[in-house]
Amino acid sequence: MRLEDLISSLVDAEELELDNVEIDVDELILELKQSPPMFIPRAKKVLKEKERIKFEHPIKEYKGSIAEVQIGATRSEGGTREKVVKIGGQTTLYQYEGGHKNRPVVSYDVFDLEMPSFAKALREVWQDYWSSPAEWAKEAVKRGADMITIHLISTDPKIKDTSPREAAKTVEEVLQAVKVPLVIGGSGNPEKDPLVFEKAAEVAEGEMCLIASANLDLDYKRVVEAANKYGHNVLSWTSMDINDQKTLNKLLLECGLPKERMVMDPTTGALGYGIEYTFTLIERMKDSALKGDEDLQNPISCGVTNAWAAREAWMNEPRWGPREYRGPLWETITALTVLSAGADVMMMLHPTAVNIVKNVISSKSGEVDSPEFKYEDWLKI
Amino acid sequence: MAKVSPMEIYRLLPGTNCKECGEVSCMAFASALIERKRTIEDCHPLLDEKYRDKRKKLEAILTPPVKEIVIGSGSKAVKIGGEEVMYRHELTYFNPTALFFDVHDEMSSDEISERITRIDHFIITRIGQDLRLNGVAIRSRSGDPTKFGEVVLSVMERTDLPLAICALDPELLEIALEIAVDRRPLIYAATRDNWEKVGKLALDHKCPLVASSPGDMQGLLDLSQDLLDMGLSELVLDIGSYPLGDRYGQMLENLAALRRMAIERNLNLVGFPLIGVPMVAWQIEKDDVKASMMEATLAATQMLRYCDILILHSLETWSILPILTLRQNIYTDPRVPIQVDPGVYTIGNPDEESPVLMTTNFALTYYTVAADLEASKVDCHLIVVDTEGLAVEPAMAGGKLTASLVKDVIVSSKVKDLVKHRKIIIPGMAARISGEIEEATGWEVMVGPLDSSRIGGYLDQNWTVS
Ligand code: B12
Ligand code: SF4
Repeated sequence: MRLEDLISSLVDAEELELDNVEIDVDELILELKQSPPMFIPRAKKVLKEKERIKFEHPIKEYKGSIAEVQIGATRSEGGTREKVVKIGGQTTLYQYEGGHKNRPVVSYDVFDLEMPSFAKALREVWQDYWSSPAEWAKEAVKRGADMITIHLISTDPKIKDTSPREAAKTVEEVLQAVKVPLVIGGSGNPEKDPLVFEKAAEVAEGEMCLIASANLDLDYKRVVEAANKYGHNVLSWTSMDINDQKTLNKLLLECGLPKERMVMDPTTGALGYGIEYTFTLIERMKDSALKGDEDLQNPISCGVTNAWAAREAWMNEPRWGPREYRGPLWETITALTVLSAGADVMMMLHPTAVNIVKNVISSKSGEVDSPEFKYEDWLKI
Repeated sequence: MAKVSPMEIYRLLPGTNCKECGEVSCMAFASALIERKRTIEDCHPLLDEKYRDKRKKLEAILTPPVKEIVIGSGSKAVKIGGEEVMYRHELTYFNPTALFFDVHDEMSSDEISERITRIDHFIITRIGQDLRLNGVAIRSRSGDPTKFGEVVLSVMERTDLPLAICALDPELLEIALEIAVDRRPLIYAATRDNWEKVGKLALDHKCPLVASSPGDMQGLLDLSQDLLDMGLSELVLDIGSYPLGDRYGQMLENLAALRRMAIERNLNLVGFPLIGVPMVAWQIEKDDVKASMMEATLAATQMLRYCDILILHSLETWSILPILTLRQNIYTDPRVPIQVDPGVYTIGNPDEESPVLMTTNFALTYYTVAADLEASKVDCHLIVVDTEGLAVEPAMAGGKLTASLVKDVIVSSKVKDLVKHRKIIIPGMAARISGEIEEATGWEVMVGPLDSSRIGGYLDQNWTVS
């Protein structure tokens, strides 16, 4: 406030009270125009600095927390991995609330079969590696894999009916080829999967893999027993139903699976094909878990690769623009949606999508500096 | 407001059950208000002077914690904000993120024409909904008031889409506003440096205003307060947009914090829509494809983190399509899947010898199937079963697609009057109940392929009337 203003405001004041005001002058002469009898009146007009609301991050208290799960074991831990992955462990919903110690990770999908049904953009990247899951996995690590998921789909009786023993050999080969942690995926055949997992778990003893998956349609007890016997984690997979997820989680824990060995997969609908269900389901699961629902306090894994089932990702449709860009972007945005909701693991396929998603993850963790950049310059681009 | 009960609202209504509002009772109107199917204005008796206090109270209760703001005028005006919850599962999100695309005052008039036509006519139809772009952001690149005024005029001549007028120099904004004021444009932006002048412009022209404080949350609160103290009430908040890097991470966290402060802490200062500018990607990425990718990435994450309006540059369909799809998905009301009415639909020009096909009333399913049938130039009757909006596969898994429902729609749609045969082709996924359908309807059931994209080939091989 200028001094003139102060003085002029005194003109019709009966009283004056100065509150919270610093007067910084060498000499202050108050010339009051009123003629005698002169007195200093009491305050009526209150002159105040504007009260400002102080910004504070809106932080909440949470009753629950998410279990921390380690995938992969180093030599000293009984495995042979050079890198291990830790996921989950959140104690708050948002990072700014201080409770996020682990960052989300990307696992590349590798199949034990040729995949002629792949979209063109995927075929172009991966078809040279179809003959060898080990080579495929190595290439995936070069392209940024935090983990590898080896899908043993050839074991499906309707596909090749590969024996559990042979499938286990594939797992061994991949374990030797790469030093990142492994996810062991079945074919989805509920009769065969437990047999395959048993053998695979055995050859991977001590490596702390993630067995994908136990679900309500198969003998999950056997899966848990194999995991416990050979020291692995288990993926608890349900089909977009929070109550099913709670039920299965409970059942797996009752079978003796330690809580910090369980990851959940609520099923990922692709962008345009049910992603809103997955998005909201993950948000609900995280919310309930942090509010204290003990049946949902585990990290979440998402099959982002489902994005490639969407027509918009693979179809040659000139009206939609070139599919070589469209496909990877479809996978990217599917991943970012589940990531935003709170996914901890994203299973993915296209290197362009993986690059962007990993960049987003390290940006969120504050690990990479933003480029030199003045925001308001967008007006001048 | 998501948390108020119909009873609380009811107490503030006239309570006469006069039905003038179109609801059967005041109580029904109260529920409709909560679900935002009706507005206070629909109850005419409430306008009476004697209800003044109640009406005021109602307004206060029903005002969403994130203020709803209208940009533009006329039928294309767009509403942003108006949100009441942090998460979809708590109710629903209301106003889809508005997508504005930029032009600037150094573009040739051909280029402007071309971009405006593209923005104005862009349309993608997904599951029966027309997905469109919402507005034009005009920015002053030259800094020359005359040029800026000219470009605003030329955009206005070409489109009646809502506008955002973007410059930081009050002089430039003033020129543009004089021209565009009737269009009720969004003004971008008041900053710490220019707010007194720009705030006054917004006040004089009664236009919504962006308060911009890149990367500085305290600055944003202060700016918002100063603008509100000036008498402004329609703000859009800008905490800055950053491409990848640590500031991008902070931006996402700040957006979430702002929305939480508005909704869960009722802090009026930040109870406004949020804006993002994904086109900042073009500041650091010169390659068109990479820049479009980065822009789409930013746009998606900002949309997921509560941004109510975005300013973009790339007009490539491949980069816009996923953003429009994401918007459609996230803003779908989780309480009701998008559905089509059960009954019989005509695809192409069918006659009494044409096949009858069956599917479910989940909009995604219906439109996928219809598009496939059209693409393979099939003429047929398509009957749609009421599975409560479930796709074929989930409906089968959940027991919501049954022979008796198929029978219901065969009877109610009178499809038997349309054809002289009695054959129905069902989705491959529904094979399990083919016998039951035959029994219930007396029609011969043919099991079609699993995926509707293969229906054309299937019919060529299998369809004969006799
Ligand atoms: C989204 C989704 C949901 C949503 C449903 C959304 C909705 N409005 O329908 C929700 C979350 C509600 C849901 C629930 C359930 N789901 Co669900 N869901 C999915 C998911 C991810 C996508 C389904 C989808 O939208 N498909 C797209 C549409 C277009 O497909 P469609 O309708 O089948 O149409 C295609 C074909 O059928 C065919 N077609 C359609 N009409 C016609 C007509 C003719 C003439 C022909 C020839 C062909 C044809 O062509 C279409 C295009 O390809 C799938 C997994 C997947 N497939 O990706 C699981 C999936 C279908 N669900 C599954 C399950 C088990 C369930 C639940 C039982 C889970 C539970 N335990 O509660 C419930 C059942 C519903 C209930 N509660 O009553 C399982 C089914 C397993 C099985 N085969 O039995 C699946 C396959 C997931 C899985 N792998 O386990 N689900
Ligand atoms: S118009 Fe108003 S008073 Fe009449 S029934 Fe509706 S809510 Fe009640």
